Amino acid sequence: MSNPAEAGPQNRLAVRAPGPLAWLGEARHLGLVVALVLLAIVGLVTKPENFATTSNLVSILSLAATIGVITVGATFVIIGGGIDLSVGATMALASVWATTLATQAYGPAVMAVCAILVGTGTGLVNGLLIAYGRLVPFIATLAMLVAARGLAQRMSDRKTQIIQSDNGAIVDLSTTRLLGVPLLVYIFALVVVLGWILLNRTTFGRRTYAVGGNPEAARLAGINVRRHTMLLYALSGLCCGIAAILIMARTTTGSSTHGDLYELDAIAAVIIGGTLLTGGRGTIIGSILGLLIFTLITNLFILNGLNTSDQLIAKGLIIVVAVLLQRRNLKERAP
Amino acid sequence: MLVMRGIVKQFPGVRALDGVDLDVSAGEVHCLLGQNGAGKSTLIKVLAGVHQPDQGTIEFNGAQVRAGSPIDAIRLGFATIYQELDLVDGLSVAENIFLGHEHARAGFVNRGAANRAAAAVLARLGHPEIRPKAEVGRLAPAAKQVVSMARALSHEARLIIMDEPSAALAHDEVANLFRIIRELTAQGVAVVYISHRLEEIREIGDRVTVLKDGRTVAVGLPARDTPTTEIVSLMTGRNVEYVFPPRAAEPPGEEVLRVEGLGSPGAFADVSFSVRAGEIVGLAGLVGSGRSEILEAVYGARRASGRVLLSGKTLRRGDVVGTVRQGMGLAPEERKAQALLLDQSVTANITLGSLPEFATFGWMDRAREKAEARRLVEALDIRPPDPERPIKTLSGGNQQKAVLARWLLGGRKLLLLDEPTRGVDVGARAELYAVIRGLADQGIGVLLVSSEVPEVLGLSDRVLVLREGTVIHQGDAQELDEHRVLDMIMDGRAA
Repeated sequence: MSNPAEAGPQNRLAVRAPGPLAWLGEARHLGLVVALVLLAIVGLVTKPENFATTSNLVSILSLAATIGVITVGATFVIIGGGIDLSVGATMALASVWATTLATQAYGPAVMAVCAILVGTGTGLVNGLLIAYGRLVPFIATLAMLVAARGLAQRMSDRKTQIIQSDNGAIVDLSTTRLLGVPLLVYIFALVVVLGWILLNRTTFGRRTYAVGGNPEAARLAGINVRRHTMLLYALSGLCCGIAAILIMARTTTGSSTHGDLYELDAIAAVIIGGTLLTGGRGTIIGSILGLLIFTLITNLFILNGLNTSDQLIAKGLIIVVAVLLQRRNLKERAP
Repeated sequence: MLVMRGIVKQFPGVRALDGVDLDVSAGEVHCLLGQNGAGKSTLIKVLAGVHQPDQGTIEFNGAQVRAGSPIDAIRLGFATIYQELDLVDGLSVAENIFLGHEHARAGFVNRGAANRAAAAVLARLGHPEIRPKAEVGRLAPAAKQVVSMARALSHEARLIIMDEPSAALAHDEVANLFRIIRELTAQGVAVVYISHRLEEIREIGDRVTVLKDGRTVAVGLPARDTPTTEIVSLMTGRNVEYVFPPRAAEPPGEEVLRVEGLGSPGAFADVSFSVRAGEIVGLAGLVGSGRSEILEAVYGARRASGRVLLSGKTLRRGDVVGTVRQGMGLAPEERKAQALLLDQSVTANITLGSLPEFATFGWMDRAREKAEARRLVEALDIRPPDPERPIKTLSGGNQQKAVLARWLLGGRKLLLLDEPTRGVDVGARAELYAVIRGLADQGIGVLLVSSEVPEVLGLSDRVLVLREGTVIHQGDAQELDEHRVLDMIMDGRAA
């Protein structure tokens, strides 16, 4: 056995003090940052007149905001060893519920609270089924994906529900700008910061890593694994509720067709960001970088007037390449 | 028929086999004896083609052979029935019996032929009532054992290796097992039989080979009339001297754990004992004697009848979270699978059991967490002394120290240690023993389980000897020796 314990002094030197930008320099994020920079260079070279404009960059961030909020929740669920396929449908249901005429009568604040409650409630149902009903997360959230979308269709009668002008405060989130940036981007940023704090600075985050990394060890160490699992799905639902408000603001509608296939984009972003699908490892920053890479690709394809099918192929390739690179990275660091 | 000479098998950190000889004749039942860790399982796996020996030769029917893979071993005519049954629960009885050598033509399985052949083999084993089409997962353990045996027979094996075949069987089923073994040997099949139960070996065995610390210490003893004392002293007399810390001078404090009439069907029954503050109580017994199951039940990780009281308060059964909150901690048997977050730092692993202690309203005080982890790393001399290092880069002994450190936080009253030195090399053991004694000296009660009898005797103040789920002896550790404990465990006589 090559005993790593005996490698002593040299290895200890390798552990350096983290600098202020350490999170960027960390090996696991470095590749993602490089990829992002490369994509930006591609944008600058192919469309110098359109890419680096404020309006384009703002539209990239607005586009990223909705899925971005969902991705934060998905990161928690996946680090915790689960998966949530129902995020897109949950968001659609929350957007429909919040924009029914009955809800709209109470004004924008109640609409926002309604979206958040519906999202959290849906997540809580997922969590109960998985943690206490012992359903496999894949199956429970797949069922919710289908059922929530069905419920959204039924509530809206498959019609797009427009936000009335006296509830324009919701729409203002996308039209009002602070320093040239729409408010919804600030909401996205706030969710990312809060998510990062929750994951890295609280017992909740610590337990998330423990439950995903080794549920048996977590249980024997006295952590209530079931309750925590349930809370993770509720958190994911809460993020879907917030995302519903953002998409309502951007599209001025609530609709059962919102968020179609968002679950795939969110999961892909989390994976590209280096979170293990088996749980126990991952970062919020990585997921957000992964999401920005995805959004940037979409943007580049649109700017260059390329085929959307090619865009999907490119995204598929990126997922595979990212995972292959990370695996090599893991091997190199293994003792 | 089978001659093994000088078999050596080296694993990282341990020499599992260090020159083993074995002679098995056709038509005999050859028993393999030895304590846990003596190398029996490794030797079987060499025969089954799972492990390749580093040195040594294997001759079979006069020709030198090499079992490079399990398939090679089967082709040679070696069949193995493992202690942990290796059946596929979702498949039928017939499919399991012929797994890997299906009755098939061009990839299509001929199920009719397979079912008929399976029925014939099962009838030969005296179990025509097991239906070839039944799903194996729904069978009782004894029936699974028969299926496992049927699989070995279906290979036309000439040498059958049985690792603790009676462990899962009731008494009358053991008689049936012996009948089958006698039929096989009458046909010239050789059987290598491993069991801890001496009375079985006396009944079915012809000759005995004893292993100790990876070496053969006796070859071909007559199974029926070698005295028990001789066998036991061959198994014990060891070379490695353990260094145990001195016992506490003061008498133990008040009772922290009280167990009353604890029972769990099929595992153990009517177990009662207590542990006092500052006292180490050891459970000695073989694998399957119920020792680990008792620990699990005390911890609330296993449902059981009876009562468990911690400092006079009855614990709710099956509630690990509550049990930990009341001040109990467990260092489980499978360190990697049950205790560690391998990807996380030493610090995160140490504080896992007492996160609320470091948090106000969920917000972690990371500076205090780091300081506490550093203090414990230094106190227990965890090497390398870097709390931020991923725990998977530490050696087994240092990982175990980190698990112990976890329960030094949060004011624990009682610690349960299941095989605390498993996978820890001999040099690091003495350090762990000192750490464990140090825990007790701080007033923590310790309940210890180990398959190594000298470890239990050397470390504990009091010892409970277990055999097949019952406590057969309870007393002061210093009044016992390894010899007597093994006598009790193997012969079932309370001293």
